[in-house]
Amino acid sequence: MTPSLVPTPSSVHALAVDNCLTRNDWICGAYFSSSRVDALQTALLQHIGIVVASVVLGFVIAFPLALLGRRYRKLEALVVGTSTAIYTIPSLALFSLLVPLTGLGVETVVLGLGLYSLTILVRSMIDGLRAVPDDVRESALGMGYAPARLLWRVELPLALPTIMGGVRVATVSAVALTTVGAILDYGGLGSLLIEGSSTNFKAQVLFTSFMCVALAVALDLLLVGLQRALTPWRRTAASR
Amino acid sequence: MINDVYAWLTDGSNWVGGSGDQALTRLYEHLLLTAVSVVMAIIVGLPLAVWLGHRGRGGTLAVNVSNIGRAIPIVALLALLSLGLFGSSVLGPFGRAGLATLVTLALFALPPIITNTWVGMREVDSDTIEAARGMGMSEGEVLRRVELPLALPIIFSGIRLAFVQVWATATIAALVAGPGLGRIITHGYDADDPAEIIAGALIVAVIALMLEVGLAGVQRLLDPVGRARRDTAKRDTRRGSDNRLPVGPTP
Repeated sequence: MTPSLVPTPSSVHALAVDNCLTRNDWICGAYFSSSRVDALQTALLQHIGIVVASVVLGFVIAFPLALLGRRYRKLEALVVGTSTAIYTIPSLALFSLLVPLTGLGVETVVLGLGLYSLTILVRSMIDGLRAVPDDVRESALGMGYAPARLLWRVELPLALPTIMGGVRVATVSAVALTTVGAILDYGGLGSLLIEGSSTNFKAQVLFTSFMCVALAVALDLLLVGLQRALTPWRRTAASR
Repeated sequence: MINDVYAWLTDGSNWVGGSGDQALTRLYEHLLLTAVSVVMAIIVGLPLAVWLGHRGRGGTLAVNVSNIGRAIPIVALLALLSLGLFGSSVLGPFGRAGLATLVTLALFALPPIITNTWVGMREVDSDTIEAARGMGMSEGEVLRRVELPLALPIIFSGIRLAFVQVWATATIAALVAGPGLGRIITHGYDADDPAEIIAGALIVAVIALMLEVGLAGVQRLLDPVGRARRDTAKRDTRRGSDNRLPVGPTP
Protein backbone atom coordinates (compact mmCIF):
# COMPACT_ATOMS: atom_id res chain seq x y z
CA MET A 1 0.00 0.00 0.00
CA THR A 2 2.83 2.37 -0.81
CA PRO A 3 1.41 5.50 -2.40
CA SER A 4 2.92 6.01 -5.83
CA LEU A 5 4.88 9.20 -6.11
CA VAL A 6 4.52 9.42 -9.85
CA PRO A 7 1.00 10.32 -11.01
CA THR A 8 -0.40 7.51 -13.11
CA PRO A 9 -1.31 8.71 -16.57
CA SER A 10 -3.68 5.79 -17.06
CA SER A 11 -6.89 7.69 -16.48
CA VAL A 12 -8.07 10.88 -18.05
CA HIS A 13 -8.95 12.26 -14.63
CA ALA A 14 -5.45 11.80 -13.40
CA LEU A 15 -4.28 14.24 -16.01
CA ALA A 16 -6.83 16.79 -14.89
CA VAL A 17 -6.63 16.55 -11.08
CA ASP A 18 -4.17 14.38 -9.28
CA ASN A 19 -5.18 13.29 -5.81
CA CYS A 20 -5.71 10.05 -3.95
CA LEU A 21 -9.28 9.81 -5.24
CA THR A 22 -8.34 9.92 -8.91
CA ARG A 23 -5.42 7.60 -8.25
CA ASN A 24 -7.97 5.30 -6.56
CA ASP A 25 -5.81 4.72 -3.50
CA TRP A 26 -6.92 2.29 -0.82
CA ILE A 27 -6.47 4.91 1.88
CA CYS A 28 -7.57 8.39 1.00
CA GLY A 29 -8.35 11.38 3.18
CA ALA A 30 -10.24 13.09 0.37
CA TYR A 31 -12.73 10.22 0.47
CA PHE A 32 -14.27 11.74 3.59
CA SER A 33 -16.15 14.57 1.91
CA SER A 34 -19.14 15.82 3.84
CA SER A 35 -21.64 14.11 1.55
CA ARG A 36 -19.83 10.79 1.88
CA VAL A 37 -19.60 11.15 5.64
CA ASP A 38 -23.37 11.72 5.64
CA ALA A 39 -23.87 8.59 3.56
CA LEU A 40 -21.60 6.60 5.87
CA GLN A 41 -23.53 7.83 8.89
CA THR A 42 -26.86 6.88 7.37
CA ALA A 43 -25.53 3.47 6.38
CA LEU A 44 -24.04 2.86 9.83
CA LEU A 45 -27.30 3.78 11.56
CA GLN A 46 -29.23 1.52 9.19
CA HIS A 47 -26.76 -1.28 9.85
CA ILE A 48 -27.09 -0.94 13.64
CA GLY A 49 -30.87 -0.70 13.35
CA ILE A 50 -31.11 -3.90 11.31
CA VAL A 51 -28.75 -5.80 13.64
CA VAL A 52 -30.55 -4.70 16.81
CA ALA A 53 -34.03 -5.29 15.38
CA SER A 54 -33.16 -8.77 14.14
CA VAL A 55 -31.45 -9.92 17.34
CA VAL A 56 -34.32 -8.55 19.45
CA LEU A 57 -36.84 -10.24 17.15
CA GLY A 58 -34.93 -13.51 17.41
CA PHE A 59 -34.72 -13.20 21.19
CA VAL A 60 -38.42 -12.48 21.65
CA ILE A 61 -39.40 -15.54 19.61
CA ALA A 62 -36.64 -17.76 20.99
CA PHE A 63 -37.51 -17.29 24.65
CA PRO A 64 -40.97 -18.91 24.68
CA LEU A 65 -39.73 -21.58 22.24
CA ALA A 66 -36.87 -22.46 24.58
CA LEU A 67 -39.22 -22.69 27.57
CA LEU A 68 -41.58 -24.95 25.61
CA GLY A 69 -38.69 -26.97 24.19
CA ARG A 70 -37.33 -27.54 27.65
CA ARG A 71 -40.64 -28.92 28.83
CA TYR A 72 -41.52 -31.06 25.80
CA ARG A 73 -38.71 -33.19 24.43
CA LYS A 74 -40.38 -33.80 21.08
CA LEU A 75 -40.85 -30.09 20.52
CA GLU A 76 -37.19 -29.55 21.32
CA ALA A 77 -36.17 -32.04 18.66
CA LEU A 78 -38.41 -30.19 16.20
CA VAL A 79 -37.02 -26.78 17.17
CA VAL A 80 -33.39 -27.93 16.96
CA GLY A 81 -34.02 -29.76 13.67
CA THR A 82 -35.67 -26.73 12.11
CA SER A 83 -32.84 -24.49 13.31
CA THR A 84 -30.26 -26.71 11.68
CA ALA A 85 -32.20 -26.51 8.44
CA ILE A 86 -32.41 -22.70 8.65
CA TYR A 87 -28.68 -22.50 9.47
CA THR A 88 -27.98 -24.38 6.31
CA ILE A 89 -29.83 -22.08 3.91
CA PRO A 90 -27.50 -19.39 2.54
CA SER A 91 -28.50 -15.85 3.48
CA LEU A 92 -28.92 -14.65 -0.09
CA ALA A 93 -31.32 -17.52 -0.73
CA LEU A 94 -33.14 -17.06 2.59
CA PHE A 95 -33.78 -13.36 1.92
CA SER A 96 -34.96 -14.19 -1.58
CA LEU A 97 -37.32 -16.91 -0.36
CA LEU A 98 -38.85 -14.43 2.10
CA VAL A 99 -39.47 -11.79 -0.58
CA PRO A 100 -42.89 -13.23 -1.60
CA LEU A 101 -43.97 -12.98 2.05
CA THR A 102 -42.58 -9.65 3.13
CA GLY A 103 -41.72 -7.81 -0.07
CA LEU A 104 -38.60 -5.96 -1.15
CA GLY A 105 -38.21 -3.93 2.03
CA VAL A 106 -36.13 -3.80 5.15
CA GLU A 107 -38.61 -6.19 6.83
CA THR A 108 -37.26 -9.04 4.73
CA VAL A 109 -33.69 -8.45 5.87
CA VAL A 110 -34.71 -8.11 9.53
CA LEU A 111 -36.89 -11.23 9.36
CA GLY A 112 -34.19 -13.29 7.63
CA LEU A 113 -31.51 -12.26 10.11
CA GLY A 114 -34.01 -12.71 12.94
CA LEU A 115 -34.47 -16.34 11.88
CA TYR A 116 -30.71 -16.91 12.06
CA SER A 117 -30.55 -15.24 15.50
CA LEU A 118 -33.51 -17.31 16.63
CA THR A 119 -31.73 -20.55 15.85
CA ILE A 120 -28.61 -19.54 17.77
CA LEU A 121 -30.56 -18.15 20.72
CA VAL A 122 -32.95 -21.08 21.16
CA ARG A 123 -30.02 -23.44 21.45
CA SER A 124 -28.09 -21.33 23.91
CA MET A 125 -31.22 -20.75 26.04
CA ILE A 126 -32.05 -24.46 26.19
CA ASP A 127 -28.40 -25.34 26.93
CA GLY A 128 -28.13 -22.64 29.60
CA LEU A 129 -31.33 -23.59 31.39
CA ARG A 130 -30.44 -27.27 31.25
CA ALA A 131 -27.02 -26.63 32.79
CA VAL A 132 -28.59 -25.30 36.01
CA PRO A 133 -27.60 -27.90 38.64
CA ASP A 134 -30.48 -30.04 39.83
CA ASP A 135 -29.66 -29.55 43.52
CA VAL A 136 -29.90 -25.78 43.11
CA ARG A 137 -33.32 -26.24 41.59
CA GLU A 138 -34.31 -28.68 44.35
CA SER A 139 -33.16 -26.30 47.05
CA ALA A 140 -35.14 -23.44 45.57
CA LEU A 141 -38.24 -25.62 45.35
CA GLY A 142 -37.64 -26.75 48.92
CA MET A 143 -37.49 -23.12 50.00
CA GLY A 144 -40.94 -22.72 48.53
CA TYR A 145 -40.11 -20.98 45.21
CA ALA A 146 -43.03 -21.07 42.78
CA PRO A 147 -42.12 -22.18 39.20
CA ALA A 148 -42.22 -18.64 37.79
CA ARG A 149 -40.10 -17.24 40.61
CA LEU A 150 -37.73 -20.19 40.27
CA LEU A 151 -37.29 -19.35 36.60
CA TRP A 152 -36.71 -15.63 37.05
CA ARG A 153 -34.76 -15.61 40.30
CA VAL A 154 -32.72 -18.80 40.05
CA GLU A 155 -32.61 -20.47 36.65
CA LEU A 156 -32.32 -17.45 34.33
CA PRO A 157 -29.56 -15.73 36.32
CA LEU A 158 -27.55 -18.97 36.33
CA ALA A 159 -28.19 -19.54 32.63
CA LEU A 160 -27.36 -15.94 31.75
CA PRO A 161 -23.69 -16.44 30.76
CA THR A 162 -24.63 -19.16 28.26
CA ILE A 163 -27.54 -17.11 26.93
CA MET A 164 -25.35 -14.03 26.59
CA GLY A 165 -22.82 -16.17 24.73
CA GLY A 166 -25.59 -16.92 22.25
CA VAL A 167 -26.54 -13.25 22.01
CA ARG A 168 -22.91 -12.35 21.24
CA VAL A 169 -22.62 -14.96 18.48
CA ALA A 170 -25.98 -13.88 17.05
CA THR A 171 -25.02 -10.19 17.10
CA VAL A 172 -21.58 -10.59 15.54
CA SER A 173 -23.01 -12.87 12.85
CA ALA A 174 -25.82 -10.41 12.17
CA VAL A 175 -23.35 -7.55 11.66
CA ALA A 176 -21.53 -9.56 8.98
CA LEU A 177 -24.70 -10.90 7.35
CA THR A 178 -26.48 -7.54 7.20
CA THR A 179 -24.15 -6.68 4.32
CA VAL A 180 -25.95 -9.27 2.18
CA GLY A 181 -29.12 -7.20 2.62
CA ALA A 182 -27.57 -4.93 -0.02
CA ILE A 183 -29.35 -7.10 -2.58
CA LEU A 184 -32.60 -5.55 -1.29
CA ASP A 185 -30.95 -2.11 -0.91
CA TYR A 186 -31.07 -2.51 2.88
CA GLY A 187 -27.58 -3.70 3.64
CA GLY A 188 -26.38 -0.80 5.79
CA LEU A 189 -22.63 -0.50 5.24
CA GLY A 190 -22.90 -3.46 2.86
CA SER A 191 -24.74 -1.31 0.33
CA LEU A 192 -21.83 1.15 0.23
CA LEU A 193 -19.39 -1.76 0.14
CA ILE A 194 -20.99 -3.34 -2.89
CA GLU A 195 -21.44 0.01 -4.59
CA GLY A 196 -17.71 0.59 -4.06
CA SER A 197 -16.89 -2.85 -5.35
CA SER A 198 -18.94 -2.48 -8.53
CA THR A 199 -17.48 0.97 -9.28
CA ASN A 200 -13.93 -0.13 -8.40
CA PHE A 201 -13.73 2.46 -5.61
CA LYS A 202 -10.97 1.14 -3.35
CA ALA A 203 -11.12 3.72 -0.55
CA GLN A 204 -14.83 3.09 -0.06
CA VAL A 205 -14.43 -0.70 -0.05
CA LEU A 206 -11.60 -0.66 2.47
CA PHE A 207 -13.18 1.84 4.82
CA THR A 208 -16.65 0.26 4.86
CA SER A 209 -15.06 -3.19 5.38
CA PHE A 210 -13.15 -1.79 8.31
CA MET A 211 -16.34 -0.23 9.69
CA CYS A 212 -18.15 -3.58 9.54
CA VAL A 213 -15.47 -5.34 11.56
CA ALA A 214 -15.18 -2.42 13.98
CA LEU A 215 -18.95 -2.44 14.51
CA ALA A 216 -18.91 -6.18 15.24
CA VAL A 217 -16.10 -5.76 17.76
CA ALA A 218 -17.75 -2.73 19.39
CA LEU A 219 -21.11 -4.46 19.81
CA ASP A 220 -19.39 -7.58 21.15
CA LEU A 221 -17.49 -5.56 23.76
CA LEU A 222 -20.72 -3.80 24.69
CA LEU A 223 -22.39 -7.15 25.28
CA VAL A 224 -19.45 -8.39 27.36
CA GLY A 225 -19.82 -5.26 29.49
CA LEU A 226 -23.55 -5.82 29.79
CA GLN A 227 -22.99 -9.40 30.85
CA ARG A 228 -20.52 -8.34 33.53
CA ALA A 229 -22.96 -5.74 34.81
CA LEU A 230 -25.78 -8.30 34.92
CA THR A 231 -23.77 -10.96 36.73
CA PRO A 232 -21.86 -9.18 39.53
CA TRP A 233 -21.51 -12.43 41.52
CA ARG A 234 -19.35 -13.94 38.82
CA ARG A 235 -16.85 -11.11 39.04
CA THR A 236 -16.08 -11.79 42.68
CA ALA A 237 -15.88 -15.50 41.95
CA ALA A 238 -13.47 -14.90 39.08
CA SER A 239 -11.13 -12.59 41.04
CA ARG A 240 -10.44 -15.16 43.73
CA MET B 1 -46.08 -17.18 -8.37
CA ILE B 2 -45.50 -20.88 -7.71
CA ASN B 3 -46.46 -21.61 -11.29
CA ASP B 4 -43.93 -19.06 -12.57
CA VAL B 5 -41.18 -20.59 -10.49
CA TYR B 6 -42.14 -24.06 -11.66
CA ALA B 7 -42.14 -22.84 -15.24
CA TRP B 8 -38.66 -21.34 -14.79
CA LEU B 9 -37.28 -24.51 -13.24
CA THR B 10 -38.73 -26.78 -15.92
CA ASP B 11 -37.66 -24.58 -18.84
CA GLY B 12 -34.63 -26.33 -20.32
CA SER B 13 -33.26 -23.11 -21.80
CA ASN B 14 -32.69 -21.77 -18.29
CA TRP B 15 -30.39 -24.70 -17.57
CA VAL B 16 -28.39 -25.07 -20.76
CA GLY B 17 -28.10 -22.42 -23.42
CA GLY B 18 -26.08 -20.53 -25.95
CA SER B 19 -24.47 -17.80 -23.88
CA GLY B 20 -22.91 -20.39 -21.56
CA ASP B 21 -23.92 -18.79 -18.29
CA GLN B 22 -27.08 -20.78 -17.68
CA ALA B 23 -27.89 -22.63 -14.48
CA LEU B 24 -25.88 -25.76 -15.21
CA THR B 25 -22.70 -23.76 -15.81
CA ARG B 26 -23.33 -21.87 -12.58
CA LEU B 27 -23.97 -25.12 -10.74
CA TYR B 28 -20.72 -26.56 -12.06
CA GLU B 29 -18.82 -23.41 -11.04
CA HIS B 30 -20.39 -23.52 -7.61
CA LEU B 31 -19.61 -27.19 -6.97
CA LEU B 32 -16.08 -26.79 -8.25
CA LEU B 33 -15.43 -23.70 -6.12
CA THR B 34 -16.83 -25.38 -3.01
CA ALA B 35 -14.88 -28.60 -3.44
CA VAL B 36 -11.54 -27.00 -4.38
CA SER B 37 -11.61 -24.38 -1.63
CA VAL B 38 -12.52 -26.89 1.09
CA VAL B 39 -9.73 -29.19 -0.08
CA MET B 40 -7.33 -26.22 -0.01
CA ALA B 41 -8.41 -25.40 3.55
CA ILE B 42 -8.00 -29.05 4.60
CA ILE B 43 -4.49 -29.19 3.16
CA VAL B 44 -3.47 -26.07 5.06
CA GLY B 45 -5.56 -26.27 8.23
CA LEU B 46 -5.71 -29.95 9.11
CA PRO B 47 -1.98 -30.67 9.59
CA LEU B 48 -1.56 -27.40 11.48
CA ALA B 49 -4.43 -28.12 13.87
CA VAL B 50 -3.45 -31.78 14.31
CA TRP B 51 0.06 -30.75 15.25
CA LEU B 52 -1.10 -27.98 17.60
CA GLY B 53 -3.65 -30.31 19.17
CA HIS B 54 -1.10 -33.09 19.59
CA ARG B 55 1.33 -30.75 21.29
CA GLY B 56 -1.46 -29.13 23.29
CA ARG B 57 -0.58 -25.68 22.06
CA GLY B 58 -2.30 -22.85 20.26
CA GLY B 59 -5.64 -23.22 22.00
CA THR B 60 -6.35 -19.51 21.91
CA LEU B 61 -5.68 -19.38 18.19
CA ALA B 62 -7.72 -22.49 17.47
CA VAL B 63 -10.76 -21.25 19.33
CA ASN B 64 -10.57 -17.59 18.37
CA VAL B 65 -10.06 -18.17 14.68
CA SER B 66 -13.76 -19.04 14.48
CA ASN B 67 -14.79 -15.88 16.30
CA ILE B 68 -12.66 -13.73 14.01
CA GLY B 69 -14.06 -15.50 10.96
CA ARG B 70 -17.56 -14.70 12.12
CA ALA B 71 -16.90 -10.98 12.37
CA ILE B 72 -15.50 -10.53 8.85
CA PRO B 73 -18.21 -10.10 6.23
CA ILE B 74 -17.62 -12.30 3.20
CA VAL B 75 -18.68 -9.47 0.94
CA ALA B 76 -15.91 -7.31 2.38
CA LEU B 77 -13.15 -9.87 1.93
CA LEU B 78 -14.31 -10.72 -1.58
CA ALA B 79 -14.45 -7.08 -2.59
CA LEU B 80 -11.03 -6.36 -1.09
CA LEU B 81 -9.35 -9.32 -2.77
CA SER B 82 -11.01 -8.86 -6.14
CA LEU B 83 -10.15 -5.15 -6.27
CA GLY B 84 -6.68 -5.72 -4.92
CA LEU B 85 -4.37 -8.67 -4.77
CA PHE B 86 -6.12 -11.14 -7.05
CA GLY B 87 -8.12 -9.04 -9.47
CA SER B 88 -11.42 -10.05 -11.01
CA SER B 89 -10.33 -11.69 -14.21
CA VAL B 90 -11.87 -14.99 -15.31
CA LEU B 91 -10.06 -18.04 -13.95
CA GLY B 92 -10.82 -20.97 -16.24
CA PRO B 93 -13.81 -23.01 -15.07
CA PHE B 94 -14.01 -21.00 -11.85
CA GLY B 95 -15.50 -18.02 -13.66
CA ARG B 96 -15.14 -14.30 -13.10
CA ALA B 97 -13.04 -13.23 -10.10
CA GLY B 98 -12.32 -16.92 -9.72
CA LEU B 99 -9.05 -16.62 -7.83
CA ALA B 100 -10.34 -14.02 -5.36
CA THR B 101 -13.45 -16.14 -4.75
CA LEU B 102 -11.45 -19.32 -4.31
CA VAL B 103 -9.10 -17.75 -1.76
CA THR B 104 -11.96 -16.10 0.14
CA LEU B 105 -13.85 -19.38 0.33
CA ALA B 106 -10.77 -21.29 1.47
CA LEU B 107 -10.17 -18.71 4.20
CA PHE B 108 -13.75 -19.08 5.40
CA ALA B 109 -13.40 -22.88 5.37
CA LEU B 110 -10.37 -22.73 7.67
CA PRO B 111 -12.00 -21.79 11.01
CA PRO B 112 -14.36 -24.78 11.39
CA ILE B 113 -11.63 -27.18 10.26
CA ILE B 114 -8.98 -25.76 12.59
CA THR B 115 -11.29 -25.38 15.59
CA ASN B 116 -12.90 -28.80 15.30
CA THR B 117 -9.64 -30.62 14.62
CA TRP B 118 -7.95 -28.98 17.58
CA VAL B 119 -10.88 -29.66 19.92
CA GLY B 120 -11.11 -33.24 18.61
CA MET B 121 -7.44 -33.85 19.34
CA ARG B 122 -7.69 -32.33 22.81
CA GLU B 123 -10.80 -34.29 23.72
CA VAL B 124 -9.05 -37.62 23.32
CA ASP B 125 -8.96 -39.10 26.80
CA SER B 126 -5.51 -38.46 28.30
CA ASP B 127 -5.60 -41.85 30.08
CA THR B 128 -5.92 -43.53 26.69
CA ILE B 129 -2.89 -41.65 25.38
CA GLU B 130 -0.97 -42.49 28.55
CA ALA B 131 -1.88 -46.17 28.12
CA ALA B 132 -0.72 -46.13 24.50
CA ARG B 133 2.61 -44.65 25.55
CA GLY B 134 2.87 -47.24 28.31
CA MET B 135 2.43 -49.96 25.72
CA GLY B 136 5.55 -48.64 24.06
CA MET B 137 4.07 -46.69 21.17
CA SER B 138 6.22 -43.92 19.72
CA GLU B 139 4.82 -40.38 19.54
CA GLY B 140 4.09 -40.87 15.86
CA GLU B 141 2.21 -44.08 16.56
CA VAL B 142 0.22 -42.46 19.34
CA LEU B 143 -0.76 -39.72 16.93
CA ARG B 144 -1.55 -42.02 14.01
CA ARG B 145 -3.11 -45.00 15.75
CA VAL B 146 -4.76 -43.49 18.82
CA GLU B 147 -5.37 -39.75 18.67
CA LEU B 148 -6.35 -39.35 15.03
CA PRO B 149 -8.83 -42.26 14.90
CA LEU B 150 -10.49 -41.09 18.10
CA ALA B 151 -10.60 -37.47 16.94
CA LEU B 152 -11.88 -38.38 13.49
CA PRO B 153 -15.62 -37.86 14.14
CA ILE B 154 -15.12 -34.29 15.39
CA ILE B 155 -12.61 -33.55 12.63
CA PHE B 156 -15.09 -34.78 10.06
CA SER B 157 -17.89 -32.69 11.52
CA GLY B 158 -15.62 -29.67 11.06
CA ILE B 159 -15.07 -30.57 7.42
CA ARG B 160 -18.79 -31.06 6.98
CA LEU B 161 -19.44 -27.67 8.54
CA ALA B 162 -16.84 -26.14 6.24
CA PHE B 163 -18.56 -27.66 3.20
CA VAL B 164 -21.97 -26.32 4.17
CA GLN B 165 -20.60 -22.88 5.03
CA VAL B 166 -18.56 -22.61 1.87
CA TRP B 167 -21.53 -23.66 -0.22
CA ALA B 168 -23.43 -20.78 1.34
CA THR B 169 -20.54 -18.35 1.11
CA ALA B 170 -20.07 -19.08 -2.57
CA THR B 171 -23.58 -17.77 -3.19
CA ILE B 172 -22.54 -14.34 -2.01
CA ALA B 173 -19.73 -14.11 -4.56
CA ALA B 174 -22.44 -13.01 -6.99
CA LEU B 175 -22.88 -9.77 -5.02
CA VAL B 176 -19.45 -8.67 -6.17
CA ALA B 177 -20.12 -10.05 -9.63
CA GLY B 178 -18.26 -13.25 -8.92
CA PRO B 179 -19.14 -16.74 -10.15
CA GLY B 180 -21.58 -19.36 -8.89
CA LEU B 181 -25.29 -19.98 -8.44
CA GLY B 182 -25.83 -16.67 -6.69
CA ARG B 183 -25.63 -15.12 -10.15
CA ILE B 184 -29.04 -16.56 -10.97
CA ILE B 185 -30.47 -14.77 -7.95
CA THR B 186 -28.72 -11.44 -8.62
CA HIS B 187 -29.70 -11.63 -12.28
CA GLY B 188 -33.27 -12.12 -11.13
CA TYR B 189 -33.10 -8.92 -9.08
CA ASP B 190 -31.49 -6.99 -11.93
CA ALA B 191 -34.09 -8.22 -14.40
CA ASP B 192 -36.91 -7.70 -11.87
CA ASP B 193 -37.96 -11.31 -12.40
CA PRO B 194 -39.34 -12.77 -9.14
CA ALA B 195 -39.64 -16.26 -10.65
CA GLU B 196 -35.91 -16.33 -11.42
CA ILE B 197 -35.04 -15.02 -7.94
CA ILE B 198 -37.10 -17.70 -6.20
CA ALA B 199 -35.95 -20.44 -8.57
CA GLY B 200 -32.29 -19.57 -7.97
CA ALA B 201 -32.83 -19.38 -4.21
CA LEU B 202 -34.58 -22.77 -4.25
CA ILE B 203 -31.75 -24.43 -6.16
CA VAL B 204 -29.17 -23.06 -3.71
CA ALA B 205 -31.21 -23.90 -0.60
CA VAL B 206 -32.22 -27.41 -1.67
CA ILE B 207 -28.65 -28.39 -2.54
CA ALA B 208 -27.42 -26.90 0.75
CA LEU B 209 -29.88 -29.06 2.66
CA MET B 210 -28.93 -32.12 0.61
CA LEU B 211 -25.26 -31.45 1.36
CA GLU B 212 -25.95 -31.15 5.09
CA VAL B 213 -28.06 -34.32 5.24
CA GLY B 214 -25.73 -36.30 2.96
CA LEU B 215 -22.59 -35.38 4.88
CA ALA B 216 -24.31 -36.12 8.18
CA GLY B 217 -25.02 -39.59 6.80
CA VAL B 218 -21.41 -40.06 5.74
CA GLN B 219 -20.32 -38.96 9.18
CA ARG B 220 -22.52 -41.60 10.81
CA LEU B 221 -21.06 -44.28 8.53
CA LEU B 222 -17.54 -43.20 9.44
CA ASP B 223 -18.17 -43.38 13.15
CA PRO B 224 -19.47 -46.80 14.21
CA VAL B 225 -17.86 -46.53 17.62
CA GLY B 226 -19.47 -43.22 18.41
CA ARG B 227 -22.80 -44.47 17.18
CA ALA B 228 -22.67 -47.49 19.44
CA ARG B 229 -21.60 -45.34 22.34
CA ARG B 230 -24.33 -42.82 21.69
CA ASP B 231 -26.92 -45.56 21.57
CA THR B 232 -25.99 -46.95 24.96
CA ALA B 233 -24.71 -44.20 27.17
CA LYS B 234 -24.75 -40.46 27.63
CA ARG B 235 -28.14 -40.13 26.06
CA ASP B 236 -29.01 -37.55 28.60
CA THR B 237 -25.97 -35.32 28.77
CA ARG B 238 -25.34 -34.99 25.06
CA ARG B 239 -28.66 -35.35 23.36
CA GLY B 240 -28.52 -35.12 19.61
CA SER B 241 -24.78 -35.11 19.91
CA ASP B 242 -23.52 -35.13 16.37
CA ASN B 243 -20.23 -33.77 17.61
CA ARG B 244 -21.22 -30.39 16.37
CA LEU B 245 -19.72 -27.41 18.09
CA PRO B 246 -21.84 -24.31 18.55
CA VAL B 247 -21.60 -22.19 15.44
CA GLY B 248 -23.11 -19.17 13.84
CA PRO B 249 -25.40 -19.37 10.85
CA THR B 250 -24.04 -20.13 7.46
CA PRO B 251 -23.29 -17.00 5.48
